[in-house]
Parts: sequence; C-alpha cells; structure tokens
Amino acid sequence: MSASTKSRDLQSPSRRSFMVATAAAGGGLALGLHLPFARAQGAAMPPGTEVNAWVVVRPDDTCVVRIARSEMGQGTLTGLAQLVAEELECDWKKIATELPTAGQNLAQKRVWGEMGTGGSRGIRTSEDYVRRGGAAARIMLLQAAADEWKVPVAELAVSDGIITHAASNRTTSYGKVAAAAAKLTPPDPKSIKLKDPRDWKVAGKPMKRLDTAEKLNGSLVYAIDVKLPGMLCAAVKACPVYGGKLVSWDEKKISRMPGIKRVVRVNDRTVAVVADTWWRAKKGLEALPVVWDEGPNATRSSATIAAQLKEGLDATQAYAFRKEGDAPAAIAAAAKKVEATYSTPFLAHACMEPMNATVRYTPERAEAWVSSQNVEAALAALSEESGVPLAKCEVYKHTLGGGFGRRGGSQDYVRQAAAIAKQMPGIPIKMIWSREEDLSHDFFRPISMCRMSAGLDANNKLVGIQWRVSGQSINAFNNSTSVVDGKDDRQLQGYTDKPGDAQLGYTFPSLLIEYAMRNTHVPVGPWRGVNTNQNGFYMEVFIDEVARAAGADPLEFRRALMQNHPKHLGVLNAVAEKAGWGTPLPAGVHRGIAQFMGYGSYSAAVAEVTMVDDRVKVLRMVLGVNCGHAVNPDQIAAQVQGSVAYGLTAAFYGDCTVENGRMNRLNFDTNPIMRLAEMPRVETVVVPTYDFWGGVGEPTICVVTPSVVNAIVAMTGKPIRSLPLRDLKLV
Amino acid sequence: MARLNINGTLHDVKVEPDTPLLWAIREHVGLTGTKFGCGIAQCGACSVHLNGEVVRSCSVPVQNVKPTDRIVTIEALSADSSHPVQKAWLALDVPQCGYCQSGQIMAASALLAKNRNPSDKDIDDAMTNICRCGTYQRIRTAVHMAASMMPPAAAEPAAAPKGAGKPKSKSKSPAKASAA
Repeated sequence: MSASTKSRDLQSPSRRSFMVATAAAGGGLALGLHLPFARAQGAAMPPGTEVNAWVVVRPDDTCVVRIARSEMGQGTLTGLAQLVAEELECDWKKIATELPTAGQNLAQKRVWGEMGTGGSRGIRTSEDYVRRGGAAARIMLLQAAADEWKVPVAELAVSDGIITHAASNRTTSYGKVAAAAAKLTPPDPKSIKLKDPRDWKVAGKPMKRLDTAEKLNGSLVYAIDVKLPGMLCAAVKACPVYGGKLVSWDEKKISRMPGIKRVVRVNDRTVAVVADTWWRAKKGLEALPVVWDEGPNATRSSATIAAQLKEGLDATQAYAFRKEGDAPAAIAAAAKKVEATYSTPFLAHACMEPMNATVRYTPERAEAWVSSQNVEAALAALSEESGVPLAKCEVYKHTLGGGFGRRGGSQDYVRQAAAIAKQMPGIPIKMIWSREEDLSHDFFRPISMCRMSAGLDANNKLVGIQWRVSGQSINAFNNSTSVVDGKDDRQLQGYTDKPGDAQLGYTFPSLLIEYAMRNTHVPVGPWRGVNTNQNGFYMEVFIDEVARAAGADPLEFRRALMQNHPKHLGVLNAVAEKAGWGTPLPAGVHRGIAQFMGYGSYSAAVAEVTMVDDRVKVLRMVLGVNCGHAVNPDQIAAQVQGSVAYGLTAAFYGDCTVENGRMNRLNFDTNPIMRLAEMPRVETVVVPTYDFWGGVGEPTICVVTPSVVNAIVAMTGKPIRSLPLRDLKLV
Repeated sequence: MARLNINGTLHDVKVEPDTPLLWAIREHVGLTGTKFGCGIAQCGACSVHLNGEVVRSCSVPVQNVKPTDRIVTIEALSADSSHPVQKAWLALDVPQCGYCQSGQIMAASALLAKNRNPSDKDIDDAMTNICRCGTYQRIRTAVHMAASMMPPAAAEPAAAPKGAGKPKSKSKSPAKASAA
C-alpha cells in the first residue's frame, strides 16, 4: 500500500499548532455551509505546501488530501480522496490524507464545510465542493508551471502529477511548483468545469482503501486507546430507568479499593468512579452502593409499551400523511380484503468500540479526543458542558470503532467525559462505558407497529391500500416542540411521493397512509437506515401478502405497480435477473424479493433461504443499488455486505426489551449479534445511472429483512408479522 | 503483581490477581491493539494467543497465567504485517471500522496454525468473533487466501516457504514459533 497514513496524527504538536484558536467563530456552528476554496488562513502543515484548503503538496510529490467527514468503516475517507484526486490529476500512489479538527474548521469559518457524517451524506453532499477543491488546486499548479516556463497554460498537459510542455519537451512535478502555486489567486469555483464522471480514472474505480494497513497490526489509535500524561480513567453508570435520578452513593465503601481516586456526580442521573486504570474504576463502580430515584417510569415494560402502540393503531385521531382517492371505501367494497398488523422492536447500535471520550479541562482550554460522527457537535457539547468558549475548545477526531448513527448529534458521552474532567482540572480523564452501559443507554431504533389493509377486485386487481404506523418519533425525542400534532413525516420515511430521497416506488389506485405518534420513555435515535428499516419491512412484507392473496408472482405484482417509477423498477429488475428469479431452485430452497428507497438511492434484494435442523439458513442474497454515481464499487459492495449482516442481526435477534422501566438484555449473551457462520453469500449489483448522487452506507439495509422474511414465508406458508425471528423460533 | 511473557518480553505488572489479561495488556503493558468489546468473552475483540491457542483475554484473569506462558498480541503477530493472514486481509480490504479486526486476525492465525487448509465449516466453527460492520464474507475469503499463502505445516518455524506462495518473512515472532 503506497498511500501514507502517517500524516493523520491528530495528537502531534504540528497538528495542534495548526489550530487558530483566536479566530472569530463567524457565527458558530449554526452557519450554513459555504463552499471553501480560499487558502485556509493561518494553516501551516509542514512539510508541504498548502495549495488550498483541500490539497497540500509535499516536495516528494505526495498529495495530502484533507478529509472533513468522519470515517467509521464506511470508506468515505477513501472515496473523498478519490474525488479530489480525480480532479487534481495527481498520482494515486502518492496520496495521503489528513483530518482537520473541529476547532480548525470553526476557526477558519468552516472552510471544510460540514463535518457531520450521517444520513449517508458523506460523499453525496460534499462531492461537488471537494471535486472543485481538487480541480482548483490543479489549475493553480498548472498555472505556476506555465508562469515559470512563460508559456500559455493551455499548452500544458498533466498526468499523475507530472506537468508536461510538449513543445519545449519540458516536465516538472506538483512538488516542484506547489510553492509558487500557493501564491496564486484561486480560480472562481463556479468557473471550473468538472469532469464527466464517465471519464473518471481514479474515482469510479475499486481503489484499495487508504486506511487498511493500520487496522491489521494494532497500530491505529482509536479514541479508546488514547494515552495522555497523568491521565485517569472513569467508569460511569446512569440511572438504568430513563427519567430516573441519581440520589446518593457511599464512597467510603470503595475508597480503599486499589487505584480509586474519586467518585463524582456527572449529571443529575449519572455517577462516575475515577481511578488510575479503567478496570479499577469499573470494579469500584460495581462495588459502589448507589441510591437512585427511579421515578414513575419504573413501572413501564415492553407489555405496557405494546399496549400504548396498539392503542395508536385503533385511535380515532391520526396524522394523514398521504390520502389519494378513498382507500377505506375502496377496500370496504372490494371482493377480497387482506389485513395484517406488524411490529418491530427497539434496537441497539452496539458499536464494537464502546462509547468513550477523553477530555482534558482547564478553565482556559478544553480538549477532547473522540470517536464521533459529528465532531462539530462534539465541540459544541464540550464547550457547553465545560463552560469554555468554543474558540478555546478543540476536538481531535479518531477513526470510529463503529457509528451506525449512535455517535451522531447527541454526543452524550462527550458531555459526560467533559463533566467529569471539569471536576478534576488539568487531569486528562478517559471515560469508557461498559457494554452493559452501552446497551442500557443507547438511543434506540424507535419501536413501532403498523396495521395494513388492502382490497382486491374480482379480477385480483388491487383497488386500494391503507396503513397506519403507530410508534415513537425520533424528532419528538430530540426536540418535543419540533413535532406539531403528531405530524412527523420522518417516521414515514420511504412512503413519500416526493422524488429524490425516499420515494415510495408504487402507484396505488387509492391510498391512505397515517401516523399515530406514541412516544415512550425510552431514548430513541437514528439507527443505520433509520425508519426505512421498519417501513420497508411493513410495506414489502405486506405487498407479498397481497400478491399471494391475488395469486400473483411477487415480482410481477410489484412490476405492475411500479410503472411510474422507472428507477425503482430498474434496480428490482436488475436483482431479479442476477438472482435468476423464476428459475428452478434446489429442493427446500425458496426465494423472496423486496425493493425500497432511502438516502437518495434505490435498492432491491432477492434472498434464498432453506431450513437446516429447524433453523432458517439464508444461503444467498443478491442486492442491487442505484446510487447515481458509484465512487468506489468495491466499497459499495462492502457496505452492502455490511448492511446484510447488520440487517440480518436485526431480523434474527435484535430485540431490546423493557422490564421495570429499563432495558434488560445488556450484553451479547442475551442480545446476540450474527456471526460469520450465519453470513449468506452476498452478491452486489451496482447499477448507476449517472444522473444523481445517492447515499451508500444505509440505503440497502431496508431490503434485507423483507426479502428474507418473504423467502421464509414462501417456504413455510405461515405469515411473519413481528420481529425478531428468534421469537418465532426460526433461529 | 503478575509476571507476564508478552510478545517475548517479561513484564512485571502491578495488578490485582483477578485483573483480566486484557486490561493488564492494555493499561499496564500499554499495548492497545487488543480491544475491549464486551467483557464476557462473547465478541472476541480481545483475542490473543496464549501458548499458540486463541483466548479471549477479557475473561482470563492474570492469576491464571504463568510467567512461562507465552502471550502474543496483534502487535507481535509479525514484525511487519507479513503474516499471511495480515497480507490476505490487506489484499481483500477486509476491515471496515477495523475495531474487531485485531481479534479476527488473531483467531484466523490460530486456526491456520493448526489447520493449513480449513473448509468453510472449519472457518464457521473457528471464526466466532463478532464484527458489527459485517466483514464476515471477506473474512471467509481472506482465511482461504491466507491458507494458500501459509508455508507447509512443519515441525519447526524455519520450514521452507511453499513455492507458489510469497516468500515468508524472516520474522521469528513468538506467534510463528507457537504456531509451528
């Protein structure tokens, strides 16, 4: 692997000196995105010349690309570097990357744009300005060579970072002209003509990841691995019942245990034990007598929550999200009716790297070393919690040991570490959660139920369909005033008629979609794919039930409803063809199919399943995705494979159940994760249409569960309407 | 106090006897390539070699480890990432977030030390570590690829490399010694 990763060292003094701590906040984190081309003021990152904010060129012709988005395994770091390199026309073998900090971005008026990495936006919402950044640097480097040779720039050619003037037979390299280029006025970004993606040579190709080597020998420093001089470690426990409070603790009971330094109140519901090592802090915390006020939520359980959601299904009032024609009347008058009620549970993210953060606080300065999908939110959390102004805070970004939505906006773990560190000024505090704390205090995928009904006429033609989702709202949990009268379109992700992001791929003769918001006391948040998971399961499993009632092939039944949605249909057809839909299968093997849309991309899947010793075995899955432009097909395949594993874990096992107001499955023994033996063979069909930019990390997960469930139903003939399958004794 | 032979070096670590080997390695010896994932031997992120066998170090108290026991962590699997498992992982871009991969690599290298030509069933049975990113498909392929790069099973580590495979590293790490 030629790409150097040495420069991605966040803790080095040179990295810290890059920070311009005194620069104006420029409106702070609420500032809208403005497209960055100017040189980053005050930046100095030796040894190399900063041509613009995105590109630093070293004398050895290494091109260092700045990556603002977080890398959590999804390959965005490599993809963004490919996009910059494509326009830069540099030598891919001499690419390195650097990660600007949140403080640097703030100090430089967000020269690198938005750093938050969620919603599968890492590439699709920054592709334009990073490509223009690479192109602007190329234009400046060529101009510098032209100026030196006193020839028109149009006479120059460039390839792999080598600039050539054919007429005079002269060549030079980016490393040689970078210093002169950096002094030039950058071109107007709007004037830059970007390459047609069909002409890409580096982007669009299955380039190797730039960050693999350091993940093979233990050398990559994750946030949990940070070591600082004088550092102490903290273990925390929040009241297991959401809404409960911390009352008191008996520090004397543990003060003589080895290594224990202090017990501190983190916030009104959380206690921390600080020790010289984390293991000793954890032992102390387990031995610490703590009194909680669990509050009224301690009476809640999965059963009371289920009753709450069922009430929502039956309630007279609900938010009518889409109403086209009179579906209830059409269904009432239909020759045949199909009805089903589905449910999906709370789910945890369970990132492999437990939540952690290291914070060093003094009244003058606060610093955090974190795994975060949103280091700007981490910076804001650090500032708010520590009371240190934003401009005097800094957040160092580490590769995440998993994100999946857990490490996004809330930054609760950064707040906790900051609150502990503030009580011990000058001492770096590394706070780590146990797995039990992680599965207790996640922001869970929201629980919901869905009642669906459809009517078929005497010719088995669909005449109307209606459904109501009853369940919890992420938006309402995050900001209860943001949802008025239960009108939360986000909970209906994938059901909209609006094109572009998460459009329903069917046209129905009549349609009614409703939402009954029923919020529980359990914290909820985005979970890879967010609401496309539950909504895709409801839609696609029910469509199969309706097709069965109509005596129709599930693929043909869908095709008839998808004629107005050629992109949805295109992906469905691609997977059907690749999977050999309709061709004979070995005895005992059955297929299922599904399609859905999210994050600007179109997805479909075909699953093949069988029974082995009374357990479902998924043998093969073919997934298709049209993400518009495919920046790195091999990493798209990796994301599809990962989505299958994440999706099947949810389908087979995922179930966070509530007892006495708290979660009661707190480690991988009772909350299992799928393992290698259960992984099906995954085939990925990437079918880009080159006319839009869609996401990759999340779109395909929503078709995993319904395609598998539909295959199981085809095999057993018994409907499946609730998850996980473990409860049905299928695994 | 515990005396631990880690990666060929004896370390005297001031820990309580019930301290898990994982935390002695991470917090006292300072090797952080071995990861904490669950603390109950479920996920395997903490996998290390103990006398050539893969163990989940979060659930091995140091009092159960003798000074003569040879512990090998990811940092010493090879001197230069030249172990066939590491080379196969690189060739196939196995890791996503990478957090579990130290453990996966230690599990795979322990498997191949015993079984130079594992079947899919052998891999299913041996590779039980959790990967939340879902790299399982590539892990399976990479184990097969690494198997094809392993030197033939031999009584001593200095065995000649297989003709078809890449030349072996000259590194004589404890892992390879124990693997032979």
